[in-house]
Amino acid sequence: MASYKPTKITVYPKLGEKVTQDTVYWKNYKAPIQIKEFGAVTNINFSPVAPHNFAVTAFTRIHIYGPFSHEPVKSFTRFKDTAYCGRFRSDGQLLVAGCEDSVVRLFDVNGKVALRMYKGHTKAVHVTDFTSDSYQILTGSDDYSCRLWDIPNATELNAYQEHTDYIRCGQHLFSMFDGRVDKSVMTLDHGQPVESLLLYPSEGLLVSAGGRFVKVWDLLKKGQPLVSLKNHHKTVTCLCLSSNGERLLSGSLDRHVKVYNTTSYKVVHNFDYAASILSLALAPNDESIVVGMTNGILNLKHRKNAEESKEISGQQRRRPSYRVFVKGKNYFPKQDDYLVSKPVKQHLAKYDKQLKKFNVSKALDTALEAWTRLKKPEITVAVIKELDRRGTLKNALAGRDEQGLSRLLYFLIGNLFDPRFAPVLVTAAEMILDIYQSVIGQSSVVDRQLLRLQEMLEREIDYQQELLEVLGMLDTVFASSLPRKEVPCSMFSLMIR
Amino acid sequence: MVEHGDIRVVHRGGSKINSREPVISSDSRLLLCASGECVKVFSTSTEECIHDLRGHTGLVTGVLLRPSNHLQAYSCSADGTVRLWDFTDGILIKTYAIGYPIYSIHASPNHERVIFIVISTLSEKKSELFQLVAVHLPQSGDRLVEARELSAVLSDVSSNPAAIAFGRGGEYIVSAKGLQLEVYFFKKQKSYRFSLKENNKKGRKNTFTCVASHPQDDCIATGHEDGKIRLWRNFSHKKEYTYSTLHWHHSVVSSLCFTPEGTNLLSGGVESVLVQWRYNQESQKDFLPRLGAAITHIVVSPDGALFCTSHSDNKITIIQSCVKVSAIIQGLVKGESLSTDLMVDPRSKAMVLNGKPGHLQFYSLQRDKLLFNLDIVQQEYIHQSGLQQFEVVKAAFTASGNWLASVEERKQKDAELELNLKLWMFDEQSQSFVLNTTISAPHEARITAMCFCQSTDSQTTMLVSTSKDGHFKAWQLATPAHTEDDGPSWSCDFVGAYHSLVPECCTFSADGSLLAVSFQEVVTVWSPSSWELLTTLSQPPGAIRDLCFGKLSCSKYLVGTTANNLLCCWNLLTCALEWSTSMNTSLLLADPLSENMAAFCPQAGFTDLFVFKPNEPRPLYSHKAVCSGNVTRAVFAPREEMLDSCEESSQWLNHSQLYFLTQCMDLMTFTTKAEEARQMAASKQLVIDDSIAMTPFHLLLGKHRGQQQQQESGQDSLSAERTPLPQGSAAIKELLQTPAHILPSTSFLCSMFVQSLLISVTDSREETKHVEEEMESEKEEDSEEEEIESRAVRPPEMARCGQATETATLTKAQVKELRRVKKLDHGWLSSVLDL
Repeated sequence: MASYKPTKITVYPKLGEKVTQDTVYWKNYKAPIQIKEFGAVTNINFSPVAPHNFAVTAFTRIHIYGPFSHEPVKSFTRFKDTAYCGRFRSDGQLLVAGCEDSVVRLFDVNGKVALRMYKGHTKAVHVTDFTSDSYQILTGSDDYSCRLWDIPNATELNAYQEHTDYIRCGQHLFSMFDGRVDKSVMTLDHGQPVESLLLYPSEGLLVSAGGRFVKVWDLLKKGQPLVSLKNHHKTVTCLCLSSNGERLLSGSLDRHVKVYNTTSYKVVHNFDYAASILSLALAPNDESIVVGMTNGILNLKHRKNAEESKEISGQQRRRPSYRVFVKGKNYFPKQDDYLVSKPVKQHLAKYDKQLKKFNVSKALDTALEAWTRLKKPEITVAVIKELDRRGTLKNALAGRDEQGLSRLLYFLIGNLFDPRFAPVLVTAAEMILDIYQSVIGQSSVVDRQLLRLQEMLEREIDYQQELLEVLGMLDTVFASSLPRKEVPCSMFSLMIR
Repeated sequence: MVEHGDIRVVHRGGSKINSREPVISSDSRLLLCASGECVKVFSTSTEECIHDLRGHTGLVTGVLLRPSNHLQAYSCSADGTVRLWDFTDGILIKTYAIGYPIYSIHASPNHERVIFIVISTLSEKKSELFQLVAVHLPQSGDRLVEARELSAVLSDVSSNPAAIAFGRGGEYIVSAKGLQLEVYFFKKQKSYRFSLKENNKKGRKNTFTCVASHPQDDCIATGHEDGKIRLWRNFSHKKEYTYSTLHWHHSVVSSLCFTPEGTNLLSGGVESVLVQWRYNQESQKDFLPRLGAAITHIVVSPDGALFCTSHSDNKITIIQSCVKVSAIIQGLVKGESLSTDLMVDPRSKAMVLNGKPGHLQFYSLQRDKLLFNLDIVQQEYIHQSGLQQFEVVKAAFTASGNWLASVEERKQKDAELELNLKLWMFDEQSQSFVLNTTISAPHEARITAMCFCQSTDSQTTMLVSTSKDGHFKAWQLATPAHTEDDGPSWSCDFVGAYHSLVPECCTFSADGSLLAVSFQEVVTVWSPSSWELLTTLSQPPGAIRDLCFGKLSCSKYLVGTTANNLLCCWNLLTCALEWSTSMNTSLLLADPLSENMAAFCPQAGFTDLFVFKPNEPRPLYSHKAVCSGNVTRAVFAPREEMLDSCEESSQWLNHSQLYFLTQCMDLMTFTTKAEEARQMAASKQLVIDDSIAMTPFHLLLGKHRGQQQQQESGQDSLSAERTPLPQGSAAIKELLQTPAHILPSTSFLCSMFVQSLLISVTDSREETKHVEEEMESEKEEDSEEEEIESRAVRPPEMARCGQATETATLTKAQVKELRRVKKLDHGWLSSVLDL
């Protein structure tokens, strides 16, 4: 004797992006904090030591923010002109910055005045950084030269003159230098002006951003291009690596930050911002994302801490007293025990219980209850479909008062044009019109809803017509461009349906 | 015919078991039911068919226990004979030749040596009029007796056996036909007729469908087409009769039955609910719902312990006193139409076809038994006539049997067609198919054909479906992009069309490199890897009906049949027609294991079979008039072990066997003489003692007993004599005589039990065991209850030692071990007692 088979609720494929672990991870940030800077934020750099302050270079100032403060902890304002590229040393004690006036300044993080000034460049210095041994500074300038400076003596150790264009981070051609040799070791051609460079911690891979492309180069194979990513539709301005090195972030003038998987180089997540992005930085452990934009706004996103996220999951759990029911369930019978199994009681939804008893009208009423109707219309549709299959839909729809009928019509108005539900609901709508033909005009509420339904139907028909026109156009386009291939027209017709 | 005399067409099971009501033997152990041309005897406890009572040459139309001897049964058949059987042993006792086709049989204990049969009124022609006649069975010692002494009792009766019933103690007989109820009293030699109006006020039909009479009371229950049951009383008067009405069924009451004591009335119909009414308290009723399919017959065993219902889906359900279904005997389900093709499941080697509404059935060809039903639709089936239900219309298996594709459709009058394509994956753990992907509305119109890419070495699995909407679609198993997703699912890979023609059939070549799709009279050949249209072949006029790629050495050929009586064979290397013959082929199919192809050609009411190889237009084998009518479905079922026939005519049967379904849905097959002889030999070995219900334990024990008998007497024990005394080994004795609640777990006993079945060698270990024994006897003193237990066990053991010394010594050590185990196990008991 088979048991009752409950009504099958069709599971419709979810449209839009799929929930992956990446989206969960990258969405787990609090609401952004916006800070207005004096000008476009050109560079953001995190201090490598705790408490991980970060330096924001904007216009003629460099502000240092604490990890959670929304006010600058400290600011360096002694620049004569626009400052560039404020960077921390690996011990977080020193900060170097270039300037439009060609002078490179070195600051103590706790002091105010520049410790050293490196003069030698003839034009604006856009790039400054410490070398990995942290005793030297590398700078790049608009005078086509790169220079290596000794920190304590403020002397120029080396100058590389091989570039033929402004050094903004690297250029059209960018070159690799060895500090010990005064010639370039490797030259890689990106194809477009290079906006940003990023070296992997392993120093085996180099990522360059220029134009709309992000390219990855394998340095160990003499700079062989590994992959070229074209996911932005405007110039990519900044690059950043997540703390575990498994994700690569790129910001672009098209106002997006994309997150790539560094093994497959596929985009796994995407952030949208209000303005074109110039700079981007990730705090260690991905605690926060800081994005600087052309309109001078600094956007800070902090990661939700564990307690907060737990709180949310706590809310989702509906029955806290569930433990009571589990009591004794974790007892497993021993080897020799004879297990007397309890008959498993089949749990049926309310509408299923009513359907089982052939109470068709009641089942439809249950399925039309406000919560189901609004939150889970697929259940209501499934019940209507089941009633139709049983041949009792007419009986279930008939004999309703004004309130019941208006509830039905309300549901129809909301869902009739959903392509997933339309085939089922059109039958029901026709039946309703047939049944209640005689009472039209007796209730203003019902009449108003019927008029609305008519209006929406007309709109839908117009829309369909337009779509068919588009389809015709597409057909001609396909026919002219692909003379030998079959036109997958059924796909389009499916989409339209 | 003459030259291929050794191959013949045989009927291979699958016949109806629900055509007539079954009969339960008086001890409720056996169930007899008419099945095709034989009567099958089933065991009510194990559902197994014990034996067939063969002898009739026509359809068996009724089975009846002999009222004067409950170990004998009558059966009547359309061949005009009534046969008397000893059904426990399966022996034909007597044959009474009546001479007319018999439609049903009735008997009552009140009428010695007389049976009542229904024959048609006009002796020669088939007519719609039937009469009930009494046949006096002459006493004679002969096997074959002519019984020509007929006397008409009632004229104009229904041929339905449910419409005739004997009244209390056989005093009267009741017959219902149309709107008339007729009661004939044997003593008074008088009949009374009662008629109803055709329709009542609500337009319901009053036609009688079945009758039953109360065994003790003068009361007749009649079932009607509108679902009502009427209880008639006081019908010995023409005018003063009364009836009361019971109404629960919403459509036809197809069967009624009183329990032997007359306390309950059982009724059943299309709703597939068994209703039990209390006699005289009709407001109280019990239900047994969801029995699976419409109830056609209800039978109660003579002691009232078992109910038995037969259902429209060729099923007999045995129910214990209306509370619990205890056994289900299921035959091959034959719906109104066989919409899916016949297929063979590569895993279970079972034949697969659509069965119950919304199910696929897996039918074992070897055992003639339904293995299981796979629920495809997974919806509650509403038992109501005239309702459009989902039907499984297409199904296909991959070569490995890992994937099953099924198409279900539901056609409504006005609304559009509902189609679902479902893909099922075989789950190793649960050993059944699990739903993987459901594609709703895969096509806009009916699906005409569907096939899997059959190559075993390809990386991806591909399914192609063709539809009336003019497209064919390729579906591919795709692994999900994100590893978090739960497993692979199917999606559409390609949509193809050809000049907006309707594709009719599709087939993959054996290596999966080519796909042929026929669009009316054009065959298009595609490459599934690039979806390029490689070539088109056509042989107009006449649309293509069937397409088959050649296999093995003939893989360069593509064979097709057209509606215009052509059988064409194209060479795919030259893309040209190799040969064609003019023959009207209704069905073409290829043997999956050899190059052979079979073509069924209907000709003048009969169907011929031709078997050929695609490389030459000469039939390897031809068989004229395989059966009457058209063959619509056939299948090559791979053999489990290959035959090694070297005769040219029967070589094609070496790899696989050809099964086909005739128009009247009989499953037939081709066998050779050698094979039949082998089967006969095999079936003789399988003769078992039928009087004991066939449980696995019985099989085990029985085997053991047989072994022992051989050991003792050294005689050949082929004769199925019963052993005088069960002489099990000590371990088995122990097992059987120890109360169940103190036995240790079966896992302990199992190894011992198996060991006891082995012939062990007595060796020096015996000595060490004795030492152990002594140690154990010390332990025994520890607890009192153990002592009692072991004492209880000992006497039979001792007795046996004298009887069969050999076995006892062999297993003595094991007995000791068993006792030790018991002791270990029941330490907990003593601790409980201490508390």
